[in-house]
Amino acid sequence: MSTLTQDQIAAHDEHHHGAPKGIMRWILTTNHKDIGTLYLWFSFIMFLTGGAMAMVIRAELFQPGLQLVEPNFFNQMTTVHGLIMVFGAVMPAFTGLANWLIPMMIGAPDMALPRMNNWSFWILPFAFTILLSSLFMEGGGPNFGWTFYAPLSTTYSPDSTALFVFSIHIMGISSIMGAINVIVTIVNLRAPGMTWMKLPLFVWTWLITAFLLIAVMPVLAGAVTMVLTDKFFGTSFFEAAGGGDPVMFQHIFWFFGHPEVYIMILPSFGIISAIVPAFSRKPLFGYASMVYATASIAILSFLVWAHHMFTTGMPVFAELFFMYCTMLIAVPTGVKVFNWVATMWRGSLSFETPMLFAVAFIILFTIGGFSGLMLAITPADFQYHDTYFVVAHFHYVLVTGAIFSIMAAAYYWLPKWTGHMYSERLGQWHFWCSVISVNVLFFPMHFLGLAGMPRRIPDYSIQFADVNQIVSIGGFAFGLSQLIFLVLVIKCIRGGEKAPAKPWEGSEGLEWTLPSPAPYHSFTTPPEVK
Amino acid sequence: MTTKHETYYVPAQSAWPIVGAIGLFLIAFGAGQFVTQLKSGNSGGGYILFAGIAVILFMLVGWFRTVIQESMTGLYSHQMDRSFRQGMSWFIFSEVMFFAAFFGALFYARMFAVPWLGGASNNAMTHEILWPNFEAVWPLLTTPDGTKTTAMPWNGLPLINTIVLLTSSVTLHFAHISLEKGKRSAIILWLGLTILLGISFLALQVAEYRHAYEEMGLTLTSGIYGNTFFLLTGFHGMHVTLGTIFLLVLFFRVLKGHFSVDKHFAFQAGSWYWHFVDVVWLCLFIFVYVL
Repeated sequence: MSTLTQDQIAAHDEHHHGAPKGIMRWILTTNHKDIGTLYLWFSFIMFLTGGAMAMVIRAELFQPGLQLVEPNFFNQMTTVHGLIMVFGAVMPAFTGLANWLIPMMIGAPDMALPRMNNWSFWILPFAFTILLSSLFMEGGGPNFGWTFYAPLSTTYSPDSTALFVFSIHIMGISSIMGAINVIVTIVNLRAPGMTWMKLPLFVWTWLITAFLLIAVMPVLAGAVTMVLTDKFFGTSFFEAAGGGDPVMFQHIFWFFGHPEVYIMILPSFGIISAIVPAFSRKPLFGYASMVYATASIAILSFLVWAHHMFTTGMPVFAELFFMYCTMLIAVPTGVKVFNWVATMWRGSLSFETPMLFAVAFIILFTIGGFSGLMLAITPADFQYHDTYFVVAHFHYVLVTGAIFSIMAAAYYWLPKWTGHMYSERLGQWHFWCSVISVNVLFFPMHFLGLAGMPRRIPDYSIQFADVNQIVSIGGFAFGLSQLIFLVLVIKCIRGGEKAPAKPWEGSEGLEWTLPSPAPYHSFTTPPEVK
Repeated sequence: MTTKHETYYVPAQSAWPIVGAIGLFLIAFGAGQFVTQLKSGNSGGGYILFAGIAVILFMLVGWFRTVIQESMTGLYSHQMDRSFRQGMSWFIFSEVMFFAAFFGALFYARMFAVPWLGGASNNAMTHEILWPNFEAVWPLLTTPDGTKTTAMPWNGLPLINTIVLLTSSVTLHFAHISLEKGKRSAIILWLGLTILLGISFLALQVAEYRHAYEEMGLTLTSGIYGNTFFLLTGFHGMHVTLGTIFLLVLFFRVLKGHFSVDKHFAFQAGSWYWHFVDVVWLCLFIFVYVL
């Protein structure tokens, strides 16, 4: 036992000197930066995979009628596109950012539970292998939409639903462990003097996000479990003939699902709250109100789930309750948008790529927020429900919201991660191509929806043809634009102008006190925060 | 202030997480195949599932052994201890939310789904057109499509089981107090008793399930009453099983003298988990059996 201890201490000391070499570095790592990098690359690969499926969808919808794929395969594409983007692209990207940034921002050497951190990551590639492999099974993969409403996912689903269910289970395990790690790190590993109201907003928003994750991922696990037993073990949770109710599925799913959409946007708020002050060269306007607004949004997220279900025939009282609670969310969100704009007001602005993405986020996310308000109005929702208006709404908040903020974060912190400046010219190209194409892609969908085009249908009436062509062209352009980003990141990792410790004049925070690239262990002795 | 921060422990590279990830992969893939093959009679998935469980057990033993060795050699600081404690608390919170999903289903079925099928609220026509003979009562002994079952009474085995599990919480608390006072033989006695009570609970639950299946016609497929009954008590039983294994590990660690008066996080965690399982049972007893 004593020799083992010596070995361990030796290994432990050796570990502090730098990164091990080879592939095993990545498989066995306990380092928050390595794991952050793994998360970010995994997320990007999933983003391109899910994006390729979106291209199949847009190619099929380029013309009315069926030309490229079978309707069943089309349904599998919409389903797996959604699942991959939500669980494979956006969530892991935020976890990757949390891994890289939180220890540096709070003055810690690493995450609190480094081995569990590795486990949370490595579950994901396996989980998505299972999910993607189900596409090749007899009967096809999941084809019931990412929301897997019963009875589509029970009575009418393919056999591969079992694989879908278990892959969701292990993704949930991964998310819960990641979230526990984030909370414990933030609570226990803050540097001396880093009091709660000095925490960078990215850390605050992630703390609240992690709470939401731990609260709702188990509910998702419960929902998929009931789908599994309904389909394979003869229960009737979602089957009226046995005393259950298909609408009950929607209640359980959206009790998870609505906090889930805030899980995918709260860290964005933190990112934008870091970038906007940096390029306005002014402190953030209304720090405390940002913290309280984030907390209010999180609390309200548990009280609004049934606004996804206005057309299911709920009692009128429930419709009103959920409508008003949903509208209430506009208040804290409005506080945030106001604060960002107020931060820029009379600032000394400059528009490097991170700032461009951040400004685009503020404008375009707000459009998504407004269409959300329209959808929140119960009587109006009866018209919008299940049309492309909904598709437009949630792509504005998720693509130009979550994804744009992730892009902004990547540009902002790339110099810290790689030690090199990225190519500003390519960055500007990436931004302008993305921001134009994404609006060509999603803005016309509002009109398609208002005119009555239903979502999740491979064919459509002839009068929607022109707008769908425009949308598809925007889609292909947006997809191709992301390859610029891929090239830019690879170039930035391999070389480029050396980045100073603090490449952005106006940036604030402990991470900029470290050299670029940041050392393997962030703060081996904790900094004193004044 | 700074001294407490000087003792950060960042573990070296470890193979256990990737072993765990492979184990979970085999479990998820194997279980997926197994469930799909139930109808066809193939059994390949079952083997993969068991291989996965074996890998996870191997990982748990190895990972815990490493952590125990690190802890015994004094590598851990107070910060580490706090991180473990908070991590365990949040894990238990996630378990609470898992049970909340099934309790939610139970409440929804009782308060809304079943009464609505019987015509309550604005559903008179639903009742009239779909199943006019359906009677909305709870426990739901006759489903709309006519499946019949009987209700599990609360005052037989379930009441005994409630007493057994509540007593086990008390005995575990005594074990904890003995640990904090450093009374070794008392810990062994109380902890051993807790484990025996846990095992008796499980044995009685098996008896209850057999009684339900063989004599009462109450099965997993007997409509929403049977569904909620078996999923809630089943998942609870799984947690009691895990908790008992947890306590057994603690028992052997006590025999080896691993815990000291002021350093016994694992014991604390096991005890929290057991009390949590107990509270879940109390809710189950009230909402599934009595009411």
